[in-house]
Amino acid sequence: MGLKEKLHQTKLKYQGKKMAPAFNALHTFLYSPNETTHSGSHVRAVDDLKRTMNTVIMALVPCLLFGIFNAGYQHYSAINGFPENFSVLEHFITWDNFWLGAITVLPIVVVSYGVGLAIEFLFAVIKGHEVEEGYLVTGMLVPLIVPVDTPLWMLAVAVAFGVVIGKEVFGGTGMNILNPALTIRAFLFFAYPTWMSGDKVWVHGAVDRAGTADAISGETVLGYLAQGNNTEMFAKYDLSEMFFGFIPGSVGETSTFLILLGGLFLIFSKIASWRIMVSAVVGSLAMGLIFNGIVAAEWIPEYSKFYGLMSFEFWQHLLVGGLAFGIVYMATDPVTGSQTNRGKWIYGFLIGFLSVMIRVFNPGYPEGVFLAILLMNVFAPTIDHYVVRGNVKRRMKRLKNATIFPKVSGEVEELKTETV
Amino acid sequence: MSKDIRIKKGLNINLVGAAEKTTSKAVLSNVYALNLDDFHGITPKMLVKQGAEVKAGEPLFYNKANEEMLFVSPVSGELVEIVRGARRRILTLKILADKTQEYTSHKVMDVEKAEADEVRKFLLQSGAWPFIKQRPYDIIATPDSTPKAIFISGYATAPLAADPDFVLQGKEAELQAAISALRTLTPGKIHVSVGKSSQSPLAGLEGITLHKVSGPHPAGLVGTQINKIDPVNKGEVVWTISPQDLVIIGELFLTGKFNAERTIALGGSVVKSPKYYTTKIGAEISTFLYASGVSQEKFRLINGDVLTGSKTHPEGHLGFYNNTVTAIPEGDDYEFFGWNKPVFNKISSTRALTFSWMQPNKKYDLDTNTNGEHRAFVVTGRYEAVFPLDIYPLQLLKACMVKDLDEMEQLGLYEVAPEDFSLTEFICISKQPHQQIIREGLDLLYQEIG
Repeated sequence: MGLKEKLHQTKLKYQGKKMAPAFNALHTFLYSPNETTHSGSHVRAVDDLKRTMNTVIMALVPCLLFGIFNAGYQHYSAINGFPENFSVLEHFITWDNFWLGAITVLPIVVVSYGVGLAIEFLFAVIKGHEVEEGYLVTGMLVPLIVPVDTPLWMLAVAVAFGVVIGKEVFGGTGMNILNPALTIRAFLFFAYPTWMSGDKVWVHGAVDRAGTADAISGETVLGYLAQGNNTEMFAKYDLSEMFFGFIPGSVGETSTFLILLGGLFLIFSKIASWRIMVSAVVGSLAMGLIFNGIVAAEWIPEYSKFYGLMSFEFWQHLLVGGLAFGIVYMATDPVTGSQTNRGKWIYGFLIGFLSVMIRVFNPGYPEGVFLAILLMNVFAPTIDHYVVRGNVKRRMKRLKNATIFPKVSGEVEELKTETV
Repeated sequence: MSKDIRIKKGLNINLVGAAEKTTSKAVLSNVYALNLDDFHGITPKMLVKQGAEVKAGEPLFYNKANEEMLFVSPVSGELVEIVRGARRRILTLKILADKTQEYTSHKVMDVEKAEADEVRKFLLQSGAWPFIKQRPYDIIATPDSTPKAIFISGYATAPLAADPDFVLQGKEAELQAAISALRTLTPGKIHVSVGKSSQSPLAGLEGITLHKVSGPHPAGLVGTQINKIDPVNKGEVVWTISPQDLVIIGELFLTGKFNAERTIALGGSVVKSPKYYTTKIGAEISTFLYASGVSQEKFRLINGDVLTGSKTHPEGHLGFYNNTVTAIPEGDDYEFFGWNKPVFNKISSTRALTFSWMQPNKKYDLDTNTNGEHRAFVVTGRYEAVFPLDIYPLQLLKACMVKDLDEMEQLGLYEVAPEDFSLTEFICISKQPHQQIIREGLDLLYQEIG
């Protein structure tokens, strides 16, 4: 008896039992189910939610791998100094970097998936529905948007909060209002602000060494800018380093290059909305230009604490921090984003616009993507409402010229237009 | 005056087993049956008892809501069985056919001089009225209504559907008679759509407004054409009739006989030699299915096309409105890592390691597997890519699911029939039953407002 047959028998055994969703989740992971169509269309296209989510994960894997190497690279560079004549093969893709990165990043991945999926299974079994695939992507996003030295217990608490309050209380995948991964990130930020900001948490080991003779700094690019140390930052990192991602930051967000590739793949595969991505980029450029204009017009003095970030060249905002990552992987979440095509343009634009605005004006922490996306998540239904009203209005306008003939029998029909 | 309709949004589903354009005469069926599920929303009241002898065209039952609307027997013979289901609901009427067919004759009518009331009465009494469907609600037309327009689609884009140009060959006289008769029933236009480069007999008819349609499925669905030509507003009524049913109506006016004969397409990858057959409404499907041969034991037999048809079996009977019968493989098997491996042999609307976009003209052998489990709505923007109507499909489906009557009205439920959502159902990543959701929404709206 082959594996397929054995699993089929087990499935029949579990049918109707409490544990069925848990077993089915594992079973359908190995084999796509033997379900056939019952109503409506007799044939179905091949795409399902698992495939969709899997495509997003594939687009994330390069970012994760890069994050692992970068964790090691940033750590050793902070201690030993940045290598001169940097070469990717010699200084970046090394066993040392990989090993250090693996032992710091992979536990985050394990905790994120472990805690999150456990809760998903639990809810599925209790509520008797199948385990939905939404967390497959969330669980991958979370390790990529947290600082590398996030304590695992904090992460576990945040994941539990994010999955239960951010998603399950609304009814699970497809019903949530806020992006679960960002809810987790926001929980970490607001619950443990001293940990999540400052210049220590971005590079592995910086926290432990703080205050000792071996203290190292892991200041992010945005950190430098927020303090007005633009020249110091540019002395340390050049634009190509920012673009390719050899800078400190959350695990997977640094390499704009790989994010760009991932984004192009998602657009090509028709999984993520190009409308949101394009309009978000346009939005962030617009806000950046406004700030640059303010600086050029000399409306703010050089000693202003916003000067550093405001004077930062508008398009370079896309290279640093989590902006690119947020635009490609988080803003395009179909459940929490705008659902109409026209709404997506507005939604994306405002995300880009607000991200850069919050980034510049946030006094405690120079990053705003996750707050901007969460804010727009809340407004997405409103945007959709007005877009859909446009369609309804067109229909109502047409109604004025409706050709309604009386009944043949001559019966007078009671007027039933009150609902319109 | 003709207006071209070009549809861009959509998806052609090319399947293996298209019917070859040769027509054979199907073996005569012993038993013919009317399946009451075909007449949605009709409560039948029987006019004859079990065991009664009926002629072809003789009434079997009437619509409880409208006594004038008669439903007739397609053949002459003995009503051998009234199959009933739960709560004695009538499911099927079976008629054992006589060797020599006798027809009820109606008075032949000169359609050119006929009055509206005469035509209406004639259609109701002769059993041809049920061929006329109406929107809103996608039900048999209410005899009391006057439509603002009548729509006839002579362009089929559904997978493996019978080609109207082929099956209507030589039926010009019948079609013209039917059109002339229907003309009296509406002060509006009769919109007839044909394929852009087709040689349809419909194109030469008088008294119609001709439209040339091109584009992928669902360009051939009458709902798409209504939306592009003259959408239905609240309170308005339009009628739709399939061209093959026009032939039966036309023949009634010309000869006074209800001739249930029609040419159907038998297709699908399971059928060994797919082709056209002439048979009658209600004929047992095995009478022509096995003439063409089937290549496997287990298959899904569909009364209609693969997107909108209903499930049946070889002993089942040809539906009242159908001119297509399809047989495809059942897909009740597991597939190892079916959710993440690259797929070359199935159709997809994305490019997520699926490669049907590379070969738009390749013919596929699809089975009935759902390719995934039922989920909540997650992905957005995909339906819009294959849904050419000026309607927000996802929002309308959700309004139907939560039974929000105001939203259903405002988002355009009056304009659609379940079949308009067959393609969004096909590509649905969450495997939601769109057609069922829309059907239930329409029924609810009819019950509450109609």
